[in-house]
Amino acid sequence: MKPIFPTTLLLVEDSPGDVRLTQEAFREANQAVRLHVAWDGAEAMAFLNRQGANINAPRPDLILLDLNLPKMDGRQVLAQIKEDANLKTIPTVILTTSVAEADIDKSYRLQANCYLNKPVELEAFEALVKSINDFWLTRVKLPQQRPVG
Amino acid sequence: MKIIGGDGMPIEVLLVEDSPGDVRLTQEAFRDANSSIHLSVASDGVEAMAFLKHTGAHANSPRPDLILLDLNLPKMDGREVLAHIKENDELKTIPTVILTTSDAESDIVKSYQLQANCYLTKPVQLDAFEALVKSINDFWLTKAKLPQQRQTV
Repeated sequence: MKPIFPTTLLLVEDSPGDVRLTQEAFREANQAVRLHVAWDGAEAMAFLNRQGANINAPRPDLILLDLNLPKMDGRQVLAQIKEDANLKTIPTVILTTSVAEADIDKSYRLQANCYLNKPVELEAFEALVKSINDFWLTRVKLPQQRPVG
Repeated sequence: MKIIGGDGMPIEVLLVEDSPGDVRLTQEAFRDANSSIHLSVASDGVEAMAFLKHTGAHANSPRPDLILLDLNLPKMDGREVLAHIKENDELKTIPTVILTTSDAESDIVKSYQLQANCYLTKPVQLDAFEALVKSINDFWLTKAKLPQQRQTV
């Protein structure tokens, strides 16, 4: 069962290599995915709050969030999303190289919807993106309601 | 890569479900998918909270690594159970997956507002139900990193 309407994803990631790999893996996995990229935490919040050049930014169906980001840290981005009555219903998946138990615990405490570890191996990375697509964009029911205005 | 259950400890899953048929099917599907899962069952919302808070007959209950929560439950509703879990500093880090027959948009939005980790609808078809349980195992118990901390009782 594939989504018929385009699925909008926001990837918050500062590594150009990881962005490229994620774009390619989603292109393989699901043609209906529209992937937007924010390169730092401040840009992610501007996209979500439709500020400045992001006035027409779509509301993402799912957010993939790295933890270690320039300008505004991923933990701070996560906290702001989950404190915002309008944004908190967007499932936010942490996608990071960190396997530190402190980061895992802190992320769930800040109400990350789930925590995934970026594998270094290319094939494992592609498999992980495919599993995000298979689970979050195929199995899971995402909120459909878009706030008006 | 450290996998929960990989150290010989069973993966603790709490299923909160009042339908004996669905409990049976879930048990069988997890048994097929992953033999290191230890599935506990609470058949209403009050029992789920007693299990999580180690009260009464549940004094020695394990801390779940993952909770599968139905919405429509006797005694205490699943939405209320979810709210209690996510308001509690000890419990809020436990990933809580809604597993329900409801596909009402209001239930989906409300669950994410209450910080459910994800929302899944129970398929009626047996094959599809088994495939869903397998996908929960593959994603949440294999790919996702879960908090490792267990409470010392």
